[in-house]
Parts: sequence; structure tokens; C-alpha cells
Amino acid sequence: MSILVDADTTFIVQGITGREAVNLTRECLDYGVGAKIVGGVTPGRKGREVHGVPVFDTVAQAVEHHGAPIKGSVVTVPPAFTKDAVFEAIENGIELIVIVTERIPRRDVAQMVELAALRGARIIGPNCLGMIVPDVIKMGGIGGPARDAAKSYTPGPIGVISRSGGMTTEMSSTLSAAGLGQSTAVSIGGDAIIGSTYAELMPLFEADPQTQGIVIYTEPGGRMEAELAAWVTEHDSRLPIVAFMAGRFMDEMPGMSFGHAGTIVEGKEDTATEKIARLAEAGITVAEEISQIPEIMKGKLAEVTP
Amino acid sequence: MRFFEYEAREVVKSAGIPVTDYGFTTDPSEARAIAERIGGPVVVKSQVLTGGRMKAGGVTFPETPEEAERDAARILALEINGHMPRGVLVDPRASVKQEYYAGVVWDGTRKQPVMLFSDMGGIDIEQVAEEHPSHVGRQHFSNILPLSDYQAKQCIAQTGVTGARINKLVPILTRLARLFVEHDMTLAEINPLAEMEDGSFVALDAHMDMENEARPRQKALLKALGVGDEETRQAREATPFELAGEEVDAQDHRGVAGNVTEFDGNLGLVIGAGGGSLTLFDAVRNAGGKPANYCEIGGNPSVAKACGLAKLVLTKPGVDKIAVMMSIVSNTRVDIVARGVIKACLELGYEPREKITIFRIPGAWEEEGFKILDKYGVKYADRSVSLHEASRLAVEALEAP
Repeated sequence: MSILVDADTTFIVQGITGREAVNLTRECLDYGVGAKIVGGVTPGRKGREVHGVPVFDTVAQAVEHHGAPIKGSVVTVPPAFTKDAVFEAIENGIELIVIVTERIPRRDVAQMVELAALRGARIIGPNCLGMIVPDVIKMGGIGGPARDAAKSYTPGPIGVISRSGGMTTEMSSTLSAAGLGQSTAVSIGGDAIIGSTYAELMPLFEADPQTQGIVIYTEPGGRMEAELAAWVTEHDSRLPIVAFMAGRFMDEMPGMSFGHAGTIVEGKEDTATEKIARLAEAGITVAEEISQIPEIMKGKLAEVTP
Repeated sequence: MRFFEYEAREVVKSAGIPVTDYGFTTDPSEARAIAERIGGPVVVKSQVLTGGRMKAGGVTFPETPEEAERDAARILALEINGHMPRGVLVDPRASVKQEYYAGVVWDGTRKQPVMLFSDMGGIDIEQVAEEHPSHVGRQHFSNILPLSDYQAKQCIAQTGVTGARINKLVPILTRLARLFVEHDMTLAEINPLAEMEDGSFVALDAHMDMENEARPRQKALLKALGVGDEETRQAREATPFELAGEEVDAQDHRGVAGNVTEFDGNLGLVIGAGGGSLTLFDAVRNAGGKPANYCEIGGNPSVAKACGLAKLVLTKPGVDKIAVMMSIVSNTRVDIVARGVIKACLELGYEPREKITIFRIPGAWEEEGFKILDKYGVKYADRSVSLHEASRLAVEALEAP
């Protein structure tokens, strides 16, 4: 099993004729059992094809052509047009939206997330690479071309959640090399407000029988780790969690932003030191180095399944 | 991006919130003229983007226009926490009956803006929230449903404020919430919001922070305030090295090889991407290394950009060698970065194998990249060498004779 997507997930790519989107479409079609990309949308480009995927002017046309509801959409349009594209997807019945676009103002993100909540849809991102179920499907640029993704991701019991797209692959590759495959790896995005946080994805992993442990990549900025720590404590989670925290040097430089838009130390709760303490209180082990994660996880897995 | 107080007050004023009859100037004699126009005792405040100006002597309370001119001249020359003031603000000294607080911020967990109100103004709101929680009202509001007055009313009423006061305060907090949303602020704060002896309410000080990502669509506001595109308003001013990094990044539209931040170490870093750079910078320091800079490569930059970045770092005074490292890449091409950094060494007249301590970028096009590195004898590592291990190798290579 997996979370969010499986072999049968249908999706469209909004902004499909852009350079990055064309590559992304190819990668997803090639990976695993081959993604069911049932259409693409770029206004004014109706009638074209991208790697055999029909292009439409509107999401409604794509849904009509498909003849059934479409589950997901990967949105890769410029920041000024992203909100409109996501609203269009939600109002046409799309339930799962991966927003790849970077540099979207927070107000727009918050509006998209609130509309999604009202309509029962879920947003992953923005500023993310989507998710991958090893050997089955990837939705988004995660892991890159199919050939490269296959080098890093292998099927197995670990759920991966990461604020950095590249580090999702780095950590999964380390896990794979140590014999710990992944159930689903999700790049959740590095912005201050995102559609799905660690705590919001935990119930899905909790309900997935394949998943036996969680590995997360975190950064300074925001309260997402505190939210996760609270969730784990309140729900008495069955899943052991190992975290890696990057950007510890930022504690010395309040007010400066590095890496992602969401990483800025504004208050005490934003610092790496504070976050590590909070995670530790909730029983989440914070690894000093990524290479230590597999051993720590194996130890924790041995504890829960004697 | 942060606004100066005089800019924040302009924003508050244009939103229809009453402000004092203040004046902003960079000229001491004009400060005197403003004080004369105000008539009576004034406050002269340094306009700097840093805290602690009161402690540093950046705020004075002159009685006469002559004293205002003298104080303005002194404050204009006073550096505070490494910042020179943009100017001074001359403000009437108000006769205040009570100080309140009004603010709007983002709640990242709820993913909605939240109004904050307190009847204990003039001090830090976090302190009030900690010591007197019943004196802080909070009200989240929707990102899509219309903003309505009752929300500000509920927020204010939580603090026990009632009578004529609550009805006067509601439009102020609602207008503040509206400007927060319309101008893509991440913080909009009036503190203190003063109740005057005559019962009217006036904003005595304001803080505004706008989201950098929204600058393109807030051009009208920035123009009205006279904020130029070149003003980054970061926590500290960009150094010449950092500005040169921006130039490297601006040379073409392919990928990113910028966001350079200067440090004073001897190991130059050509690193990426977002999360990878954060991890690697920590890893180099943990290994005992002293980074000369932070940077981010990503989005598949051109050879020219990678070369430009490597050259910039290699020519930074005090830099002995560079380390070229990234987390596993899927979009950025290993061979292109390899070409770029080797070209940089050769063009500067260096042997690539002597200047590059380690090249650790696994991923897309790695076979091609490793071939090029082999040709020049540059030491490289694949994904079996962790980011931390690569950082240790870089630091060791730098220290080796």
C-alpha cells in the first residue's frame, strides 16, 4: 500500500507545455507502471499533444474528454497564475493537487488551501517535487528521470516526508542503500504555508499497513515540527520517527533567510535548537548525520516488532 | 521586506487609520521646521531597520524647535547596531490617556491571518501574551470569505473593552486587517495605538513587514513609498561579494547559481540545492571547516553560471580551495556543473585538481560528469559518500599540506 497515490491514480498536468512540465510529464509516464496522465492544460494550446498526452484549454475539457472524474493535478504554471489554476482544478472536482511552482505569495497559498479544505481536496506544496511510490508511480518531478529515480527509491516500510525536494531523494537513497525501502516519499515544500504539513500527513501513514516508520527532513522556520510533536504525543502514534534537521547555523543569524522561503528565524520557536528539543520530547530521534538514520530506524523498528 | 517606521505610518494613514501630524526628514533644519509647525514638545526618532533605538539614544524628547534641530543632527549621525539611519521622524508629543495594541500576523498552523488586540499597549505583545493572557484578544479570519467588522469586534471584546471605545476601535482593527491582506504583509502592527485625552484613537507607531514574493504585485505601494527595486531590506545590507553573486545569477535565465552569502572562512563553497546547501553548510562547520560563503545551485544552471559562481568564490580574498557538493540531483546536470567549475579553475590559471577539494554531486548525467572530472584528475564522490563524509574530506584536503 501507499498513501495519496497508487497505480490507478489519474492526473493532469496544468501548464503542461512549459519546458519543465514537458520533462516532468515524460518522467512520470516512464516511471514504475507508468502514470495515468489523462490530459494537460495550457490555455490556448488545445489540440496539441505532449508525449502523447492531449492538451486542453480548460480543466473542464480534460475531465469531459476523460469521461470520468480525474483524481489529481500537477500544477506548474508561473506564480502569478497559480492560484487561478488551482481554483480551476478544485472547482472541477480534482481532489489531489501538487503545486510545483515557487515564489507564490503566502496570501495566494492560504486562499488555495482554504478553498481545498472547503471542497474536501488536498494540496501538496507549493514549492515541492510531489510524491513517489517506489517502482509504482511518481506524481511530480521527484527523483527526476525514471532511470535516476530508480537508483534512489526502492519499495519498503518507510514513509518519508521532507521540506526539501532534493533531500527527499538524498535521504531515500541512503535508506535504500541500507535496505530500508519506502512506502511513499512526499516532498511537502519549503514555504511558510503549505497544503499538507507533517502532522497532516501522519494520519495517512498511520492508516497504511505497509508503513512501519517515518523519516522526516526539517529546517528552521515555522511551527510545523511543534505541530508534529503535538500530534505524535496526542495520538500515541504507532510509527517510530527519525528526523534530520538542516540549517542549524541559522540560529546564529535571525532575520536572514536561507534555502527556502519558509526558513527564517523570527522567534524562539523558529530555531533549530528549539525544534530539536520539541521533537525529542515527543520521542522523535534527531539524527546528527543522514548516514545515521538507517541504523537508528532499524533499532526503533526492532523495538516495536520484537 | 521590512518597512521603516515612517513608511509603515504612511501605509497606516492611507488605509484610513488616524495618525499624528508627524514629519520625516533627512535634514536637521527641516526637523526644526517640522517642530515649529507642530508647535510644542516633540519626539525625534531615528529611522533605522533595527531594534533597540531607544536604548542606543536614537529617540529624544526635545522641548523646543532648536533642541529638535540639535537632536536631529546628532541622531542622523548615530549608527545603531551597524545601521545608519535613513532619516528622522519628528512627532508631536501626544497626551495619551491609555495605550493599546493592534496587530495582524499569519498563523502558519491554521494557515489563516489572525488579528491580535490588547488593552495593554506600548510593550512587546509577546510579553503581554505571556504575563497577561486575558489581555490579548485573538481572531482568525478567512482567506476567501469577506472580512466583516464583527471579527474585529469579537477580537477586541475578548479583552473586556466596551462602551464607546470598542465602537471606535473596530474600524481601526478592521482597516489594519484589510491592509495586511491587500498589501501582502506578514506583519502589520500599531503599537502603541493611543487613546488621547479627547477620547480619539491615534496610531503612534507602526511596524510593517511585507512578503518578498509579493514585491512584483505591490509595485504601486513600493513606488508610492519611494522604495527602489535595489533595496533588499534584508536583516543586513548585501556585501559587494553578495551583489557580485546576484550578477552571476542574472546573466541568463537558466537555473540558479546565486543566493550567495558572505562568511569569513577559507573554504569556498559551491553547493546546492536549498536543503542540500543547509545540510552541507552545517556539515562543513561540524567537520571543523570555515566556510567562506553560503550559496545555492539549483534548477539546472548553464555552464556559464556555474563557472561564474565558482570564479567568484575562488577569487574571494582568503579562499584557498573550493568544495563542490550537492545532494543527489535530478534536474541540475552533474556534467554541466563539472564543466563550469573546471572552466573557472582553468580560466583563472589554476589546476582544477589542486583547487577543487572534492566534487560530490551524484545524480542526473553523473557518468558524463565523472568522465570529465577523471580527465582533469579532480577527486569526486558518488552517492555512496554521504554529504557529511564529503564535507569531512573537503576540510581534510584543505588542511593537507
